[in-house]
Amino acid sequence: MGNCVNFHFDIDGDNFTSAGEASVRIKKSLREMGFTPDVIRRVSVAMYEGEINMVIHANGGTADVNVYVDKIEIILADNGPGISNIELAMQEGYSTAPDNIRSLGFGAGMGLPNMKNYTDDMKIESEVGKGTTVFMTVNV
Amino acid sequence: MVIRQIAELLSAKVLCGEDKLDGVVNSACGCDMMSDVLAFVKDQAVLITGLCNPQVVRTAIMMDMRCIVFVRGKMPPADVLDLAEESGIVVLATNERMYVACGKLYQSGLHGGEVV
Ligand SMILES: Nc1ncnc2c1ncn2[C@@H]1O[C@H](COP(=O)(O)OP(=O)(O)OP(=O)(O)O)[C@@H](O)[C@H]1O
Ligand SMILES: [Mg+2]
Repeated sequence: MGNCVNFHFDIDGDNFTSAGEASVRIKKSLREMGFTPDVIRRVSVAMYEGEINMVIHANGGTADVNVYVDKIEIILADNGPGISNIELAMQEGYSTAPDNIRSLGFGAGMGLPNMKNYTDDMKIESEVGKGTTVFMTVNV
Repeated sequence: MVIRQIAELLSAKVLCGEDKLDGVVNSACGCDMMSDVLAFVKDQAVLITGLCNPQVVRTAIMMDMRCIVFVRGKMPPADVLDLAEESGIVVLATNERMYVACGKLYQSGLHGGEVV
């Protein structure tokens, strides 16, 4: 398991304008590393959804991407409000996003289900009042 | 359909990507919810939208789209255009409304394609 390349990003929670920058950078790096368009699309969309979630629901956090030859791990961690009912949050259409977020084009309640669809494995650990960590893996 | 033809059909201004107007695109998606674009787009190369923020461009990047059409005379701010330019995405702006813009393109053969 020696061959791992790690990328780390701090995600600014006060700035919706920059939300998604880390995912765009990862997309570019994976392309340079020669991954297939399908793998790149799956990793970058899943990470982008998660990154946007951290900005709109959790006041930012950190993103770590570990690239192995056979899999790519994405770990998104925040100290936001946490998710009280993960099963409910995973349902398509469930969203607590306020109207101002909806007018920016997000808040359809599609992000978490989409992250699950795009990845081979996804796990959410969350504690109300403490924060949320999302672990995702895409097999190469 | 050639991207240049989209610009002509919609009397659109080319805001960036002038050098890529000869690119060929086969299907399009009209949407103001980026969440839906991320969930349902498969290989649609054109995004027609009334929304005008950097997330529109990042969403298009994520979905490997090649052209964004801003409708209703929306003019994206400079940072939005810079991001598109960097990513090689053509940006068009038309005064047409969403429904009419989509209708004109559909009628001329640019269809919806498959969804995920
Ligand atoms: N990092 C997070 N911290 C706290 N709550 C979260 C976090 N991520 C998601 N949630 C909660 O789960 C709900 C569902 O998330 P999901 O990404 O599916 O939808 P959304 O972000 O509301 O809308 P969309 O993703 O379609 O723009 C959110 O509305 C929010 O209540
Ligand atoms: Mg979301």
